[in-house]
Amino acid sequence: MGRWADFRNGVYEYYAGPYRSALAREKRTEDDYFTLVVLGEALGVPDPAAYYSAEFLPTLYPEFHAWHRRMGMPQSPLDSVSCC
Amino acid sequence: MSPVILMFIGLAIFALGYFVYSKYLARRVYQLDEKFVTPSHELRDGVDYVPTNKFILWGHHFTSVAGAAPIVGPAIAVIWGWLPAFLWVTIGTVFFAGMHDFGALWASVRNKGRSIGALSGRYIGKRGANLFLVVIFLLLLMVIAAFAVVIKDLLISTPTAVIPTWGAIVVALLVGVAVYRMRWPLIPVTIVGVVALYSLIVLGDSVPVVLPESFLGMSPATVWILALFIYGAIASLLPVWVLLQPRDYINGVQLFVGLALLYGAVLVGALFAETEHNVVAPMINDAVPAGTPSLVPLLFVTIACGAISGFHGMVSSGTSSKQLDRETDARFVGYFGAVGEGLLSLGTILAVIAGFRTVAEWEAVYSEFGAGGVNAFVQGGGMLMEDGIGLPASLSATVLATMAVLFAATTMDTGMRLLRFVVQEIGEAARVRITKVPATLVVVVVGLGLTFSQGLGGEGGLRIWPLFGTTNQLLASLTLSIIAVILIRKRRSPWPALVPLVFVFVMSFWAAIDQLSGFADPENADWLLFGLDVVIIVASIWVAVEAIIAMRRAVNDPPEALDADARLEAVREEV
Repeated sequence: MGRWADFRNGVYEYYAGPYRSALAREKRTEDDYFTLVVLGEALGVPDPAAYYSAEFLPTLYPEFHAWHRRMGMPQSPLDSVSCC
Repeated sequence: MSPVILMFIGLAIFALGYFVYSKYLARRVYQLDEKFVTPSHELRDGVDYVPTNKFILWGHHFTSVAGAAPIVGPAIAVIWGWLPAFLWVTIGTVFFAGMHDFGALWASVRNKGRSIGALSGRYIGKRGANLFLVVIFLLLLMVIAAFAVVIKDLLISTPTAVIPTWGAIVVALLVGVAVYRMRWPLIPVTIVGVVALYSLIVLGDSVPVVLPESFLGMSPATVWILALFIYGAIASLLPVWVLLQPRDYINGVQLFVGLALLYGAVLVGALFAETEHNVVAPMINDAVPAGTPSLVPLLFVTIACGAISGFHGMVSSGTSSKQLDRETDARFVGYFGAVGEGLLSLGTILAVIAGFRTVAEWEAVYSEFGAGGVNAFVQGGGMLMEDGIGLPASLSATVLATMAVLFAATTMDTGMRLLRFVVQEIGEAARVRITKVPATLVVVVVGLGLTFSQGLGGEGGLRIWPLFGTTNQLLASLTLSIIAVILIRKRRSPWPALVPLVFVFVMSFWAAIDQLSGFADPENADWLLFGLDVVIIVASIWVAVEAIIAMRRAVNDPPEALDADARLEAVREEV
């Protein structure tokens, strides 16, 4: 059974390996867009769905610092979030 | 002579190379250290840097470097006779490609998994890094143009391959959806995918698709080239999981199946078949068709992949080095990866020199330079497989044509994707933001321009081939010079790198000069290729100057301390 599992993992690794970084990059880009949409209201863009999207804010905080650095902002753009 | 003798001689040379020469390189030259912390552990991030089992990494590495080029090059080059091509592929793999790919992997591992482009900046200077961008742009452009023509030729000469070729796209799309969207287990999906592909081959074999003489005023050649560019543009814009990833995977599986079929056919054919195949091609062809360039230097750029290829250095240092589990695995992944590609080239040579029954049949195919190519591989390999393992010649030819088309198409769409990135990078340098679609359009327009530079049938495509080889060898020279500089700095013998470096550089420079007069020939002039050739010659001189300066500096500088890499690690940890 162990060998079969190794073989299965090996085949999956052979499938996924070469594109791992490309997929991770795509996922990050999608997440970045999502973050931008959720933070739209806080950044000054009127958003009719802000009441609902505000619910996502807590889930974004852990990645917020990396996000604003990636977006080219060395310091947090939001007064309410002092991550750096 | 029976092809099986040549096969065993070739295999013996590869085995000696791997068991003797690569061991020498690993112990004396690169001095691999099992305790060295590789970038995959040091910088492990689960994305780029992931320690990977050496067999799987070898599979990735081998399938990334093996495309249509190790088929096209040798299949053209046997026009000078089988001996020169055989020697260059075997000796080239052992002393040139193996040490180059292994060396690029080692150099990158010792430098945080940085790519050859980044290493050229460190060891040869900033100008070296710029030079790298120029060479890589030219290389990718030529790959796109040449491979579009290779595929077009195959689709016209083997119409039975049309359905499996385009059907493979549907199979790949379904595999992609099944794996990532439906979350189905991979092994059954693989089996169904491969069975579906081979069913399409059987279907295509009985339903050949021939385009009408004129479609909207265009010849079949023009239609196929345009269709391929449209496909390539769409494929390169789609998310990778949708098409590129499953296609590469299915192709990888197919590569192993194809290699097994080809070598199996030669072996079984020699032992059991009633119709024995002999090598019908001349050992050295004294009566080459008119217009064939001279063997020296053109042989050494016509067979680039399969002997030595700069592109392998990019794969070694770009992705493989970031996934190497232990430094000692570099020998298996890097050197044996080159041997894998040598095997594909050797299989191609056997198919095109022993697949025909008579010398006259062989000469009819090799009637002019470039006429052989991948079509000869399909025809010859098909005959070998029919007589060897009893697969009907037409079906065998369809199998091989589909294999070659899929390789070429994978290389073409990946090339378009990479070229798009290069265009975007150039835009960034010029402070112009170019988004995905316009960048892809630029790639399509420039690629089509080069492909149609000699007429709407894409006649110029194979004329570009030696120029592609020259550029590829130039890139290999750049990588070898980096390896030589590192070895000199460490006060180890640089000769295993210097000898191939000088040889490859001289041959590719000589070939570039030789081709210049051909492109300027008033009867068959091509000023676009002439311009490209001039750029390559300038780049070659540049490589030579930069490499000599860097090596002189390395000789004069104090030697690098024995524990320099270890100390570098310690500094990194402190930072």
